[in-house]
Amino acid sequence: MNEIPLTHILFVSTALFFIGMFGLFTRRNMITMLMSIELILNSVNINFVAFNKYLFPEKLDGIFFAIFIITIAAAEAAVAIAIIINLYRSHHSIDVEDAGEMKF
Amino acid sequence: MSTAAILFYIIAAFILGTGILAVTTRKIFRSAIWLLFSLIGIAALYFWMEVEFIAAVQIIVYVGGIVVLIIFSIFLTQKSGSEMAKPLQGRTMISLLAVLFGLTLTSTLIFQNEFNSMSLRPFQLNVADIGTQMLSTTEHGYILPFEVVSILLLAAMIGAIVIAIKVKAADEKTLN
Repeated sequence: MNEIPLTHILFVSTALFFIGMFGLFTRRNMITMLMSIELILNSVNINFVAFNKYLFPEKLDGIFFAIFIITIAAAEAAVAIAIIINLYRSHHSIDVEDAGEMKF
Repeated sequence: MSTAAILFYIIAAFILGTGILAVTTRKIFRSAIWLLFSLIGIAALYFWMEVEFIAAVQIIVYVGGIVVLIIFSIFLTQKSGSEMAKPLQGRTMISLLAVLFGLTLTSTLIFQNEFNSMSLRPFQLNVADIGTQMLSTTEHGYILPFEVVSILLLAAMIGAIVIAIKVKAADEKTLN
């Protein structure tokens, strides 16, 4: 258990964060962009839990931050999907390039 | 290498591999399924770190809630069998360069940093402690964020219903 250094866990979460960033940059479909955001939020959660476990084992604050981030991610996903469904009704597409009315 | 170390590297490779597939595959339904596997891998990582409570919350909220919601919205808005348009070549190259640069920079910082108190103190997570501290009104209590988040959830629920509700044509006239 303790032979894995903290840096390896941090590297996993960093790589996951940048995978999510790559998806956010290349995808133009709103649902897949939402999935990338979920990956990014999860990588942050891994960081919080790992720091809590390795550096401050007598406290619980990292755990609380992880719980609150999960809650907010759930709320965000629900609102985002409501917006996507509404957009699909008015534009018959959920591609971000097709929804440029409010751009300028 | 012990079994725990090998297990960690297997879980890490699983998370990253399924994550890459989730953002690169061109069929949107497969993308959702790869995301599901990636989230399960993260829950396994939490189990490996012996934070069972967070792992259980992860499985319930993400795997049981958010991914199901995403799959529902895919069925409502997409032809799930068809392939998505290919991203532009130039955009892919530029974002790959940006992402690789960020990854190199951050991992250099991580591997150069000395995390001083690599303590070997045991970490045991007690669900009763979480509950006590979550609702405690004293210092280091989390009652205020707890209440704020509960209001946020209520607002998100009402907001989602209001946004996604279908307005009838007669009502639309009165609204305008």
